[in-house]
Amino acid sequence: MSARIGVVLFPGSNCELDVQEVARAAGQETTILWHGDRTVDGVDAVVIPGGFAHGDYLRPGAIARFSPVMTAIEEFAAAGGPVVGICNGFQVLTEAGLLPGALQKNRGLRFLCSTVEVRVESTNSVLTSGAESGTTLRLPVNHFEGNYTCSAETLAMLRSEDRVVLRYVDNPNGSMDDIAGICSRERNVVGLMPHPERASSSLLGSEDGLVLLQSLYRSISRSS
Amino acid sequence: MDVPLHRSLGLTDDEAADIVRILGREPNHLELAMYAVMWSEHCSYKSSRVHLKRLPTEAPWVLVGPGENAGVVDVGDDIAAAIRIESHNHPSAIEPYQGAATGVGGILRDIFTMGARPIALMDPLRFGPLDDARSRWILEGVVSGISGYGNSVGVPTVGGEVVCDETYAENPLVNVLCLGLLPTDRLVLGQASGVGNLAVLLGSATGRDGIGGVSVLASAGFGDEETEQAKRPSVQVGDPFEEKRLIEACLTLLNAKLVVGIQDLGGAGLTCATSETASRGGVGMDVDVSAVPLRERGMEPFETMTSESQERMLAIVTPDDLDAVLSICERWEVRATVIGRVTEGGRLRILDGFAGEVLADVPASSLHDAAPLYDRPLRRPDPVPAIPDHVDPVDPGGDLLAMLMDTTWVSSQYDHQLFLNTVEGPGGDAVVLRLKHPETGVETGRGLALTTDGNHRWCAVDPRGGTAMVVSEALLNLACVGARPVALVNCLNFGNPEHPEVMWQLSEAIDGMSAACLAFDTPVVGGNVSLYNESRGRDIDPTPVVGLLGVIDRLDKPPPGVVWSEGDEVVLIGPRTAALGASRWAALHHGDGRPVGSLPDLDLLLHGVVARTTRALVVDDLLGGIHDVADGGLAVTLGEMVARSGCGARLSGMTGFGELFAEGGSRVVAAVASANLEEVERRCVAAGVPLTVLGRAGGSRLVVDDLLDLEVSAVAAAWHGTLPEALAAGATH
Repeated sequence: MSARIGVVLFPGSNCELDVQEVARAAGQETTILWHGDRTVDGVDAVVIPGGFAHGDYLRPGAIARFSPVMTAIEEFAAAGGPVVGICNGFQVLTEAGLLPGALQKNRGLRFLCSTVEVRVESTNSVLTSGAESGTTLRLPVNHFEGNYTCSAETLAMLRSEDRVVLRYVDNPNGSMDDIAGICSRERNVVGLMPHPERASSSLLGSEDGLVLLQSLYRSISRSS
Repeated sequence: MDVPLHRSLGLTDDEAADIVRILGREPNHLELAMYAVMWSEHCSYKSSRVHLKRLPTEAPWVLVGPGENAGVVDVGDDIAAAIRIESHNHPSAIEPYQGAATGVGGILRDIFTMGARPIALMDPLRFGPLDDARSRWILEGVVSGISGYGNSVGVPTVGGEVVCDETYAENPLVNVLCLGLLPTDRLVLGQASGVGNLAVLLGSATGRDGIGGVSVLASAGFGDEETEQAKRPSVQVGDPFEEKRLIEACLTLLNAKLVVGIQDLGGAGLTCATSETASRGGVGMDVDVSAVPLRERGMEPFETMTSESQERMLAIVTPDDLDAVLSICERWEVRATVIGRVTEGGRLRILDGFAGEVLADVPASSLHDAAPLYDRPLRRPDPVPAIPDHVDPVDPGGDLLAMLMDTTWVSSQYDHQLFLNTVEGPGGDAVVLRLKHPETGVETGRGLALTTDGNHRWCAVDPRGGTAMVVSEALLNLACVGARPVALVNCLNFGNPEHPEVMWQLSEAIDGMSAACLAFDTPVVGGNVSLYNESRGRDIDPTPVVGLLGVIDRLDKPPPGVVWSEGDEVVLIGPRTAALGASRWAALHHGDGRPVGSLPDLDLLLHGVVARTTRALVVDDLLGGIHDVADGGLAVTLGEMVARSGCGARLSGMTGFGELFAEGGSRVVAAVASANLEEVERRCVAAGVPLTVLGRAGGSRLVVDDLLDLEVSAVAAAWHGTLPEALAAGATH
């Protein structure tokens, strides 16, 4: 049987092993999608993991969006395939135009690695469908450019279309409207700054990320 | 009068004469430059080697001891751990961001050179006082450099230390430790073999950055402002993205068994990498210097051969495997160029084209083995002043608050969670990592623990006893997370070795370390000596920093941590002492900030028993929290437990304030649920370890009868506030 979850690997990505480890522990199959490949054939979901794709040179995601694999991911998303961008993956998705807005440098202009609380605002997305609305999750964040921003019109649209899926309880980076994660209009593309894969075991301090990842796994079995 | 060339390169007249003897002729400029970097203090350890050989380095589980790029120990389940610690003190003093960043880059290459995937970094840092604007500038720059490079290169920085003291005002210490894991059967060594094999240079093009870094920067002290500015071009510039691709490419090559040997390019650049691989393999090498990809035009061969441009590796490959090697490098966008050939005999020849002019021709091994060895004179310095017979506590509560410093401001700028191993991250007694097989990812159910420790006051007062106490503290830190020690690495930060007092300190410290390591059955698997830590003729306090690696045989829950809960019994495990010699309190009140008094006694035998007893209590889940007593004494231990748990305590029975601030080792404070107290007491009695019930945790105040009474909120505020508030004052260069 072919692998199901494709984890994108750009030069400079670094969370690809972690995402795969957690998915495999949950019984999922995973495969690496190399940035230079032009296809995502054979996968049922795409995760763009955290890291520093192409060194984050110019600005995070700015070079990665031109990688050949991104064209295939755009087509995959347009066809309704689930696509999740975590941290640097979120930055790549906004640069690629698959999600609106941008991630700018944190308020305070320092890198931040910490565990924060986020609230599930909408359960209508491939990453949050299994969570309960209003639940608070403890998730690690690890970024310099996690400060979400967009135009007033875009913000109004995101709110009216219920596309803000996660909000910070105590905003750590200055994000507009406390936004920690958003989804596309069709709810199948989700970007978030926190790392659900890092909250996957009580030994590591939190298991709260599992409910999100399990939502993704279930969305695959539904769509296939 | 013109200074002779060899002297301007940092060689003495005697050393220059040795070179003539070795070659049987006068060396040319290129040859002289190569000897100068290889025979520098930094590369040759010429002042410290006679002493370092007194360290115990053997144990059945040691796979690679000192002398290679990293020490390697067998940690079970077919997994080997590679570990190394290094200093980047001088570059960081001049250019904090790049100095610290390239320190990270360099240590990573040492680890993956052994075939290991780097999985954790630790940064023991020492700066001048926080009320000094330039020290704040260095601190901020160093932390951003570690954060900027370490996060981007994709290796978590899981812990370290931040110490601020006047002794480091002009010469900060930026040490960095890296731990990597490899399948035991993949161990590779940095050696060339097989005549006709090719030397392939991987990674960045070579530029003029870092020329003579080891000789100009690392092997001389600091003078006035102007000379320091002039040294800035000797600091290398790092590119973490290049390094990340280099790591992935090299590990792919090693996995595919496509390299015969591999060596990183660090201090002394190509000269070191080519001569070291050749002499380790007992072969020679022809190097075509014209083939080396250059970053700038007009570079002289001596510049190319001694440049310390970052992110480069030298791989020895068979001609048959060359195409496969080049194709893997291309996939990772890593430049790969054949620049050398392994030859018969032991000559290292630098050529302008393989068939071209011979620019240098020296015995490869002479760059290492023939390096001078100095047994420099030793002289015991004048003893530090004694503490007056009668000292009074003025304000123990205030003293405690002034000593508290949470380092989250620093550690929150480091990715400390990547790879999903970090069970206990920065801020605990020791870091705890899950142990997974580096290739299969299979969990072993066991863990690794890491701690770095140092204490300049203890070592200034008594370098031998102080260093033994530092090793002992590290052992106890591991015990607090339930780990047993398997390997020690050290970074010996000392002053100018031409000062006999400094050499005495170094020699004493090595003997102290040796005694403690023997007592704790812990081999020293690697180290780094950083000398010339001085400014304007004043040496830093001797600062041996140790990194101790431990194994946790069953890791199914996080360690107890630096906390207690309402109702816990608070107990002191270990001997009681009120001896204030060498303590932070005494320096503050009776030394004008400088270390005073004599070092408290340390019983290594008893210490080992305290550590074993503590470890067993942690492993058997009998403790609700635990923290060792070290810098700042019992007071700081208690203060940190209060700040981190947000819970007060009512304690009594102290003999006086001396007991609060004494720093004598072999003590931990433990929080014990009432139901477990009897069992904890029984075990301590059986082991012959003193145990004292100090009182009970709870409430909103920390009260030590007759000595201090503080609101929990005040303790927490002082702890959290120190660093951010000091740094908010801004920094100037």
